[in-house]
Amino acid sequence: MSPSSPVPAGVEGGPAGSARGRRARPAGGGRERPTGGGRRAGAPLPLLLPALVGILFLLLPLLALLIRAPWRDLPDQLTSAQVWQALRLSLLSATAATALSLALGVPLAWLLARTDFPGRGLLRALVTLPLVLPPVVGGVALLLALGRNGVVGQWLDAWFGITLPFTTTGVVLAETFVAMPFLVISVEGTLRAADPRYEEAAATLGASRFTAFRRVTLPLIAPGVLAGAVLAWARALGEFGATITFAGNFPGRTQTMPLAVYLALQNDPAAAIALSLVLLAVSVAVLAALRDRWLTAS
Amino acid sequence: MNRTSRRAPRRLLAGIGAAAVLLAAGACSSDGSDGSGDTRGSGGGASGRPTGTVTVFAAASLQESFTTLGKTFEKRYPGTKVAFNFGGSDSLAAGITGGAPADVFASASPRTMKTVTDAGDAAGTPATFVRNRLEIAALQGNPDHISSLKDLTRSGLKVVLCAETVPCGAATRTALEASGLKLTPVSYEQDVKSALTKVELKEADAAVVYRTDVKAAGGKVEGVEFPESAEAVNDYPIVRLKNAGNASGAKAFLALVNSAEGRKVLGAAGFLTP
Repeated sequence: MSPSSPVPAGVEGGPAGSARGRRARPAGGGRERPTGGGRRAGAPLPLLLPALVGILFLLLPLLALLIRAPWRDLPDQLTSAQVWQALRLSLLSATAATALSLALGVPLAWLLARTDFPGRGLLRALVTLPLVLPPVVGGVALLLALGRNGVVGQWLDAWFGITLPFTTTGVVLAETFVAMPFLVISVEGTLRAADPRYEEAAATLGASRFTAFRRVTLPLIAPGVLAGAVLAWARALGEFGATITFAGNFPGRTQTMPLAVYLALQNDPAAAIALSLVLLAVSVAVLAALRDRWLTAS
Repeated sequence: MNRTSRRAPRRLLAGIGAAAVLLAAGACSSDGSDGSGDTRGSGGGASGRPTGTVTVFAAASLQESFTTLGKTFEKRYPGTKVAFNFGGSDSLAAGITGGAPADVFASASPRTMKTVTDAGDAAGTPATFVRNRLEIAALQGNPDHISSLKDLTRSGLKVVLCAETVPCGAATRTALEASGLKLTPVSYEQDVKSALTKVELKEADAAVVYRTDVKAAGGKVEGVEFPESAEAVNDYPIVRLKNAGNASGAKAFLALVNSAEGRKVLGAAGFLTP
């Protein structure tokens, strides 16, 4: 396939665009908004109306969460040990899953973007399958592969005494399975947008392909890698289906925030809302911290 | 292996099915009232033949037996259709109090039924039509020689329980408290079927589930009865709902569930009939 073979357009435009955007106007993200307001006045109605409905549709549920939140009981709800246990586990496992995704996903993205081998298109489709797979199905598939009785898992158990289901490691693996494709897609898109001539120049100056990757390519695509990592981290933080199916649900060991929310919803909706608020606050905090790189993407 | 590869899509289908039922229920509520109007018009009265679609919200553990009864119903009253929405009793109750159009509600616990009666959505008093007992689901052939609840506390044994927020988990806790045992599972599963699946897949050595689930699993798990389960028998109440679009159909369905034939089907699935 040629280097310009199909890459999800949004992804290619996203991280790469944000990278370019940042270079073009290093600190100007916030100051551009007034001009944006000027443009909005001229927005044609057929575009403006659906856009406003879209905004309402996305924000209304979040607003409802805030309106119906049990603000008075909130301090009690949030000081319970179980909430902090779940939050700690969520942050820990999502970060570990992101690290694992980076370690495996960046080389994988490089392989997909920079090398040519038969079946590469098919391989890309396969490794990004978890994007569209219902996470519960992913969890069942992980059980069949890595479970105590699974295709590979039975040997892990027999040879090394390692069992993955019902462990925190299992949570990390389930989250990685679901989140890594986001990183791969994002990094691959950035790699394709990056000019390969820099690497070629490095090669002509005697750098090995790995050195060129480490010293030239990686700094070049760093914004895309970061964007992908944030995306993967956010996806891992919200992961539910694969986690509960593969790793089960035990407080402090495998019960992450989404699992705690789901189970609380069954008999204590107020607690579920409180937990959701915490998760919402954490997500907003992370997005705000990365605002420069993320939200100002043109 | 075969079992799970079927299970996952089935769960998907269940989700799609639930959505379809909701759609169908929305579409047929006018249908149903037309039907009852017809009955009244033709002077059929209370004994009039049920027509149209009967929408039944029922606990997930009733899936096998109610599906059978639904087919019997449709055969007995040609032209009728029974639309089921199987799910966790809590979410079904939440759907009904939230205005989901249903004719009959069969719940796995009096507590969830109470939320429906408290909201004034029930027509008449709920009646217990079956009971369910807990049973230990051990691996096929019972390689760990589990014969009592106490055996589950053995170290090195991987046991999964239902989360205490769902009826089977609450019942398990009652049984454990009655026996004074302390059992630390590897996981508190979100519903009884996923607890069972973990044993079917041999990921866990045992689970505490309902007798009916062990039955439904066929030979894939081995059921072990334990006396403490008598302390935590689950009553299943059923009731006709007030804003039922199809009152005659709902009455006829309740009559079938309580008939000798209904009891036979439910008994065969492992339920205890009161």
